[in-house]
Amino acid sequence: MALIELRGVDFSYNEMEAPALKNINLSIEAGEFVSIIGGNGSGKSTLAKLLNVLLLPSAGEVIVGGMNTFAEENWLKIRQKVGMVFQNPDNQLVATRVEDDVAFGPENLGIPSPEIRKRVDQALEAVGMDRFKDYPPHNLSGGQKQRVAIAGIIAMEPECIVLDEPTAMLDPQGRREVMDTIHYLNKEKGITIIHITHFMEETVGADRIVVMSQGSIDKIGSPLEIFREIDDLKKLGLDVPLAVEMAHELRKKGIKIPDILSINELVDSLC
Amino acid sequence: MLRNITIGQYLAGNSVIHNLDPRMKIIITIMMITALFFIDSFLGYALFFLAVIIIVYLSRIPPIRILRGLKPVLFLVMLTLILHVFFTKGGDLIWRWGFISIESEGLYTGFFMVTRILLLVVFTSLLTLTTSPLELTDGIEYLLGPLKRIGVPASELAMMMTIALRFIPTLLEEADKIMKAQMARGADFESGNIVKRARNLIPLLVPLFISAFRRADDLALAMESRCYHGGEGRTRLYELKIGIRDFIALGLSIILSLIFIIF
Repeated sequence: MALIELRGVDFSYNEMEAPALKNINLSIEAGEFVSIIGGNGSGKSTLAKLLNVLLLPSAGEVIVGGMNTFAEENWLKIRQKVGMVFQNPDNQLVATRVEDDVAFGPENLGIPSPEIRKRVDQALEAVGMDRFKDYPPHNLSGGQKQRVAIAGIIAMEPECIVLDEPTAMLDPQGRREVMDTIHYLNKEKGITIIHITHFMEETVGADRIVVMSQGSIDKIGSPLEIFREIDDLKKLGLDVPLAVEMAHELRKKGIKIPDILSINELVDSLC
Repeated sequence: MLRNITIGQYLAGNSVIHNLDPRMKIIITIMMITALFFIDSFLGYALFFLAVIIIVYLSRIPPIRILRGLKPVLFLVMLTLILHVFFTKGGDLIWRWGFISIESEGLYTGFFMVTRILLLVVFTSLLTLTTSPLELTDGIEYLLGPLKRIGVPASELAMMMTIALRFIPTLLEEADKIMKAQMARGADFESGNIVKRARNLIPLLVPLFISAFRRADDLALAMESRCYHGGEGRTRLYELKIGIRDFIALGLSIILSLIFIIF
C-alpha cells in the first residue's frame, strides 16, 4: 500500500471563493522523491498542508500510512510520520540554541532524554550541522537555518518529509546546500521526499514530477516525460531548465539530441 | 551591531556557582533575600557582604560587572538616603538650617536602608549573572510545576519565554531593516520633541507588528506540525539534576539565613 494516498480531495478556504484544490487523486510510495511544481495559487502549498493534518480536506480523504487524517487520535502519529519544512527559515525555529531546536520535536513526542541526545546528534550530522550545535539560530545563514529545520524533522524519525518551497528565500549557495541535503536523505536514509518548488531546475533529480495548475493536477510523470512537453509548461507560466530548453530549440532546428535534463548531459550529447 | 546583542546580563562561565542547579539557585536567592530583611544591625550586613564576596570570588565574575549592575538603582538609592536623612527624626541633632534638620536616627536609618537595597540588588544580580536565560526559564518551569494542578500553565509560560528570547534578535534585526527602508523613503526618526518623535515611530511600529503577527502564525503552524501539543507528556533534552553540590549550597544558605533571622 502506498505511504500517502489522496482520494478525490477537494479543499476550499472559505465557501465564497473558488476551491483551492479540486478532485486530487495522488498516491506516493515509500522511498520516492516527488517534486510538485505549479505557479502561484496553483494549490501546491495547500496540498502540502493536507499531508500532515495542518488542514483537513473539504471532501475526499487523505490516508497516511494507513491512517485517515480525519481521525483525531491519529494526528500526532501522522505528524511524526510526515514532517514538514516551511519556506521561511526564521519562522520555524523555536529555541535559542540549534541543539535545543532539533530536540523540540522529540521532546514533544515524550522520548526519554538519552534517546533524544542520540537522535539530535545523528540528525545534526545527517544535515552536516553538527559543528553548530551550540549556535543561536539567528547567527546562521539562511541555508544553515533551513538545514537545522530539516534536522529538527529528521530527529522525529519520519518516513516522509514534505518541503514547502524550502529554497524560495535562500541565496544560490543556500539553495544548493538544501537540495544536496534532501537528495542525500532520500538516497542514503531512504526517506520519502515531497518537494514543492517553483524552481524547475530543482525538479530534475526527482523520481516523479506533479504539475499543478488552478487547484488540480495537470500532469504526473518522470522529469523526462514532463520536460518533453515544454510548450505546455510554458503555458502554465513555468520555466523549464536552461539545458532542456536549449535542447528543445536545437531539436527544432533539426539537430538530433536525445532526451536530456542537465547541462552536463547536453554537453555530452553535443560534443 | 544589532546581531551581537546579549540578552539579560548573563556572563557565560564554568564555575561552581554557574554549574549549580538553576532551581536551587532561585530557591537560595529567594531565601537569602527574605533573610536580608531580618537583619537589624550593620554587623549582620557585614556578614551578608562577606557571603556575597565569597560567591563573587567563586563565580569569577569581574566585580566591575556587578558594580555596573547597580547603576539603574542609583536614583532610588539616593532618593531613599535623602528622604531618610531629612525626614526621619529622633536621636541627637546633628545639623540645622532654618526648618531643615538632620538627626542621628535619620542618618542611621538612611544608610541602613541603602545598604539593604544595594545588597538586595547585588544578590539578585548574582543569580542573573551566573544563570543563562534558558536555565532560568527551565528552573522557573520546574518550580511552578506544583501550581499546574491549580491551573497555572507553567510549561506554556516557559515556552513563551523561550520563544520570546528566540525572537528578540530576529525582531531587532527586522526593526533595523524597516527603519532603514523608511529612512530611505524620507521618514525622520531623529528630530523633533518627544511627542513628534513618538508619532514618527508609527511607520516603524506598524510594519513591525504586522510582520510579528505573520511570524507568529507561521511559527504556530511549524510547532503544530512538529507535534507540539502543550506541556503535557513533554520530555527534555537536558533534564535538570540536583547533585550533592546543590545540597551543600542549600545547607550553607539555610544556616546563614537562620543566623540572620535569629540574631
